[in-house]
Amino acid sequence: MIVIEDLRKNYGDRKVLDGVSFAMERRKITHILGTSGGGKSTLLKVMIGALKPDAGRIRYGDMEITNLQGRQLDPYRKKIGMLFQHGALINSLTVAENVGLPIREHTGLDDNIVKIMVKMKLEMVGLRDFEELYPAQLSGGMQKRVALARALALDPELVYFDEPTSGLDPIVASVITKLIADLNRLLGITCIVVTHAVEEAMRIADKIVILYRGKVLAQGTPGEIRESSDPLVQQFITGNPDGPISFRASSKDYREDLLIG
Amino acid sequence: MKIEIVSEKTDAGYLLKLKGDVDMSSSPEVRSALGEAFRQGKGARALFVDLSQVRYMDSSGIATLVEAMQTCMKQGARLRLIDLSPAVRDVFEMARLSSVFDIFASVSDAAKGL
Repeated sequence: MIVIEDLRKNYGDRKVLDGVSFAMERRKITHILGTSGGGKSTLLKVMIGALKPDAGRIRYGDMEITNLQGRQLDPYRKKIGMLFQHGALINSLTVAENVGLPIREHTGLDDNIVKIMVKMKLEMVGLRDFEELYPAQLSGGMQKRVALARALALDPELVYFDEPTSGLDPIVASVITKLIADLNRLLGITCIVVTHAVEEAMRIADKIVILYRGKVLAQGTPGEIRESSDPLVQQFITGNPDGPISFRASSKDYREDLLIG
Repeated sequence: MKIEIVSEKTDAGYLLKLKGDVDMSSSPEVRSALGEAFRQGKGARALFVDLSQVRYMDSSGIATLVEAMQTCMKQGARLRLIDLSPAVRDVFEMARLSSVFDIFASVSDAAKGL
């Protein structure tokens, strides 16, 4: 179980996380949805230990990770994988070298074993024939799959996915979504997916958490979210431009801002 | 100790029985035991690996078995895996290796036809 309790983070006067609390079960898929600027990315950074919250706690099992720093985070980071939004592959390394990098850095395994593991990870994402290519020679979707293979390199218990399907065509996006579901179903990997993609969440999530203006707007199973009577939730899941969620993120009055500054 | 390895010589070849978890910290030990079995059992028709008491195997464990299979092929021998637990079978399935290995329910089944 991953438990988030009353997380708070301000950027200047802006409350990006304003008392966020929820729990995610192990071996399940949780999608964290929200509008742009709703606090999703900040929450993700806090969850992976890259950003300290101003207040609140995060626990992973019996590990309190909120205030760990530097090497104190190693035991936690060995258990997690992360698929970054833009892949974050190293362009000067081949696909195989990128995927093998975490294994070579964190284990003393023989090079032949590492090579076999790399082949297995690439087979999982359907890219075994691409070992010797460089990231720049791959499409965006392929780069994302390589990045997923690298996230899986050390057999993590938990994988964080940051916008895994953004910028991908619908077929490739479906492939990534299916991969996430398979990783969870076959390997019991806990998957936490931060995304805008409502339909993807509805299809595979065990739990959906919707963030809005730094707070948890709603949480529940896809069915519960779909049935929500909250107009904000309905606007969010239907993507209706007209509704209580304004597309204007500025809080200052426009006239006042123009005339007084 | 995370892993216990018992090695036995049978009529058809060496049998390694693994007990415990095969992960990135213990798979090098399994690799050494396999290497020793290859040295001791050179010329044998098969190497059997009993996985009935392995509760968890990560991808380094599977890679170690793949490497053992490569060695077996070079030596003209067979690698036969015995009795995978559902958890281990799932890892094989996810790695799409169920069809690559010869998997049997028991040592006696595995020894047939050699």
